[in-house]
Amino acid sequence: MAKVFIFPTTSLVLSDMVERWGHEALGAAVGIREKIQTPSLESPPLQMTPEDPKKGLKYAAVEVPCGVRGRMSLYGPMIEEADAAIIINDSDLSFGCMGCARTNELVMFMLRQRKEMPLLDIKYPETEDEGIAFVTQIKDFLAGLEGENDE
Amino acid sequence: MSEQPVRVAQLSCGPEHSGVQKEINEAAAAVNAEMFFPDVTLTDIRRSYDSFGLEARSGDLKLAIARAVALVEGKVDADAVFIATCFRCAEAAIVRNELRHYILKHSDLPVVSYSFTERTTAGTLLTRMEALTTIARRRALLAREVQTGTTMGIDSGSATTKAVIMQDNKIIGTGWLPTTEVMNSATGVIEEALKEAGLEMADIEAIATTGYGRYLIGEKLNADLIQEELTVNSKGAVYLADRQRGDATVIDIGGMDNKAISVLDGIPGTFTMGGICAGASGRFLEMTAKRIGVDITELGPIAMKGNSKIVPMNSYCIVFGTQSLVNALAKGSSKEDVAAAACRSVAEQVFEQQLQEVDIKEPIIMVGGTSLIEGLVYEMGELLQSEILVPPRSQYIGAVGGALLVSGFVEEKRKS
Repeated sequence: MAKVFIFPTTSLVLSDMVERWGHEALGAAVGIREKIQTPSLESPPLQMTPEDPKKGLKYAAVEVPCGVRGRMSLYGPMIEEADAAIIINDSDLSFGCMGCARTNELVMFMLRQRKEMPLLDIKYPETEDEGIAFVTQIKDFLAGLEGENDE
Repeated sequence: MSEQPVRVAQLSCGPEHSGVQKEINEAAAAVNAEMFFPDVTLTDIRRSYDSFGLEARSGDLKLAIARAVALVEGKVDADAVFIATCFRCAEAAIVRNELRHYILKHSDLPVVSYSFTERTTAGTLLTRMEALTTIARRRALLAREVQTGTTMGIDSGSATTKAVIMQDNKIIGTGWLPTTEVMNSATGVIEEALKEAGLEMADIEAIATTGYGRYLIGEKLNADLIQEELTVNSKGAVYLADRQRGDATVIDIGGMDNKAISVLDGIPGTFTMGGICAGASGRFLEMTAKRIGVDITELGPIAMKGNSKIVPMNSYCIVFGTQSLVNALAKGSSKEDVAAAACRSVAEQVFEQQLQEVDIKEPIIMVGGTSLIEGLVYEMGELLQSEILVPPRSQYIGAVGGALLVSGFVEEKRKS
């Protein structure tokens, strides 16, 4: 089983596909779940506090907006932890949205910098044929990862 | 509180991930308001984004645009709007400004916009939120144009404390002291004002407090109105300048923060309140006066004799500004030129940082203690290419606004 970082991190479709092929999806759900399940924090809705943008300083300098640094405090450690990643470029809002274009740019850059890591970097489909090819590409990528599924 | 909470629609990008959403909610709750996110569908987002025409790339900004359109089209009910995005994000700054213009142009909803950092606290937001909810909740009170009865306004500012007693639409007593211990300073100015008016405290029918120390003084004196300075100063400014009807812009460069308020019929429309760096505040002018060895009251006339363009000085930061000041004096610049440059520097910071965020409409009224520094008023006029109006007793603006507004309570109190 490989830890696969998904982009957009909020994509339920991607997350579901990764899990179906026997891997662990690293995305927003994982980070937020951990936040909201941490006891003794009371900072709704995401249980993120002003400490989180400070943790994000590891990934983005202080002049970078706090919303980017806050998001990076969630996604930065996951990118470091990931065994593989899938980037879906120019995806539709309904497919998943991280809210901030600057964070998107930084996350994609950091993933592409990990040259040794298997990375599927593809475009969101616009037609039915492209959709079929899209799913096949993801399936083949996931099936080819080390520790592939048992199905 | 028995009043219905003011419903404030939030259009934002980033506060949840910056850890400041809780602070926004707390600031709202403190003034009996509740934040909510207007519901929109994915179809609404696509349609609104296309029709609005601003090509934002961030999903949360697209959502904010759709929410603004829903408010303007009346699909969502709100009493006021709060627009918040991350400080230092250029994309968000463009969207924030355009949304504010759009909502103000197409609806009568009061709007405040703010760029936050992770250090933004509920306390920082409180005055803005209070002003926003006051405009939404108390339009009738803010519409008051004539003072009645015998009332007192106390303005506890960061640098000075002022008191004004008004009777039948006339100022009959004033008090002014530097702010030291908040309550002591208030007691001092109240005594001064009562003495000048020839009255006793028992003669005062209603009291209003404003400024940073408003809660402490208000609670001690059992004030009838405890009100933030944005709405109170607007009221005081247009009253003293005799511009109660129509458009006006009020600029108040304070000791700790600056306010720029766009006013219509005495009621604030948009406003900005900044107070991050002292290079853009009255403190810098105080330091300049001290450094060139003159009293602050002499700084204005001295600056008027100098040439502000000879000495390079343009810093948002008081430390860098002071460096420029010291360097200029060390190179032999005259104190007149240095004083003029300091006035220009403060005016430029306010112009660049704050006045871009409000719609400047004439008359432009400068108020507060710094409006008595004529060099600063001159430089602001030069930058805005407009004649600046400084009303009489402009340093008492907050106290006058308070005394005027609180007279709305007099009749009710007399009946009871």
